[in-house]
Amino acid sequence: MTTPPSSSSPPLRSSAEQLGRDPGRPGAGLTAYVLGLADDALVSAQRMGWWISRAPQLEEDVALANIGLDQLGQARTLLAYAGEIEGDGRSEDDLAYLRDEREFRNVWLVERAQTDFGVAMARLLVFSAWQRELYGALASSTDATLAGVAGKAVKEVAYHLDHASHWVVRLGDGTEESHARMQAALDAEWPFVPELFEPVDAALVAEGVAVDPVALRPAVLARIEAVVAEATLAVPQVAPAVGGGRRGLHTEEMGYLLAEMQHLARSHPGATW
Amino acid sequence: MASVYGNDFGARAETSSDEPQSFLDLLAGEGRVEPRDEMPDAYRRTLVRQIAQHAHSEIIGMQPEGNWISRAPSLRRKAILMAKVQDEAGHGLYLYAAAETLGVDRADLLDQLHDGRQKYSSIFNYPTLTWADVGAIGWLVDGAAIVNQVPLCRCSYGPYARAMVRVCKEESFHQRQGFEILHTLSHGTPAQRAMAQDAVDRYWWPSLMMFGPPDDDSPNSAQSMAWGIKRFSNDDLRQRFVDMTVPQAEALGLTLPDPEIRWNEERGHYDFGEVDFTELFEVIKGHGPCNAQRMSHRVRAHEDGAWAREAASAYAQKQAQKQAEKQLVRTEGAA
Repeated sequence: MTTPPSSSSPPLRSSAEQLGRDPGRPGAGLTAYVLGLADDALVSAQRMGWWISRAPQLEEDVALANIGLDQLGQARTLLAYAGEIEGDGRSEDDLAYLRDEREFRNVWLVERAQTDFGVAMARLLVFSAWQRELYGALASSTDATLAGVAGKAVKEVAYHLDHASHWVVRLGDGTEESHARMQAALDAEWPFVPELFEPVDAALVAEGVAVDPVALRPAVLARIEAVVAEATLAVPQVAPAVGGGRRGLHTEEMGYLLAEMQHLARSHPGATW
Repeated sequence: MASVYGNDFGARAETSSDEPQSFLDLLAGEGRVEPRDEMPDAYRRTLVRQIAQHAHSEIIGMQPEGNWISRAPSLRRKAILMAKVQDEAGHGLYLYAAAETLGVDRADLLDQLHDGRQKYSSIFNYPTLTWADVGAIGWLVDGAAIVNQVPLCRCSYGPYARAMVRVCKEESFHQRQGFEILHTLSHGTPAQRAMAQDAVDRYWWPSLMMFGPPDDDSPNSAQSMAWGIKRFSNDDLRQRFVDMTVPQAEALGLTLPDPEIRWNEERGHYDFGEVDFTELFEVIKGHGPCNAQRMSHRVRAHEDGAWAREAASAYAQKQAQKQAEKQLVRTEGAA
């Protein structure tokens, strides 16, 4: 079992201050919350895109492209909405391409390179189980836009979860080699699980706008652990990573991801594509 | 043998002397040969090679465009590009499935790609150096592929013809998106416009080479035509492509890098300069800018994925065994 997230994790409102934006500005908390969800999806899609032409078989190239496209679609809608709430006229592309690393709010789980198929499936299992519970709950948000996005996305991530679960089971209960590799992959991703459950702006939760991640924890872990058991694997006993993505603190790999993603757009200021 | 994505895979002649009457009747009546129908071995081998090499071209073709997924300059473009490269994987799947109806196995065909016994279209051995190359591939390369492939929708072999109907629909969408990328660039900033022109300059001649060697240097076309696999000659298809593309270049406001292009009233076609095939033959021989890179990318993906494929088979076997044991218990219980 994992150690519960530290209760001293700062809520999102204070992070706006850290980034030089006015935290007291109306909507700042909501913008930060939506950006967190958007950036998780965007960065995950960016990593998923790497697999297209590199998957173990052609069917999997198609499936991973599909999953990446779903995540990218979620990111685009959420980024556009974040820009709208923020009210500075920033588009989805402005937010994706012109923010610096410290302004990205995604969790560490999604940002590290994933060039091993076992790691990709372990991560997708964790991420989609999390998104499945998150969007399931967010579909009843008092914020109509978030509820709409979540209502659509929950169906997509249910498929992602199904896909990842099947692979984790096949790899875990496949050959001796695949069992060992799948366990190693799960062990490698596990430290990044607790960050998903860090608390968000309490006021947004109280208003029924945001979902309290802490409350999702039991259901998410139950989903993952059921798959891990079927795969004849063990739930890793490892200490959590420090985390900090929601506050704009990332791993060193994030800078390279953004450099690659943003380079062309930034090389032609003001151009349209 | 002449083939497809391009017609540029290089020749390997197959001819046949002993052809069943039922097969000849089907061809004469413009009917479709289906997997269980009698067919000459040479016809079968020719089709296997053509369809396999077409499938290989689709999956190798994922790489040059996949090269820009991580760097696409807007999220909309990124989504379109991911969907397009995904389509190419899908085309590979339809085509391998069509080849399998002829009694071969996808795994064997992939082995033949990986060890160089089978080829793929040489166009994919050119690099995508700028974002505009993604547009040029869509507009010119997919445009040339469509010209090659539309006649294949009437190919005498049913499963191949049907796969091509679907492929052609998607390719025509791809071509439009390539045109649209270039249109946006050519109407954008001076740097974007220059990027578009440079891409067209680099991709024009290789696209013309996709139709294969000139007719008088393409000894195998006759047999493929007699079998209803090929419908038009390399030069006819190349002319059709030029006629289609020149007005589109004008609409884009971009220049095709051939000073000899001009309308010939008498022929009712555009004249164009002579294609320098020495380059094509060098690329086919393996000396193109990206031959080694494309193959090593493909082989690495295949080898890196071996453990996952093996695990999937082992798991499937275990499940089948469990199922059989359950069945046995049930049968014994009933008895």
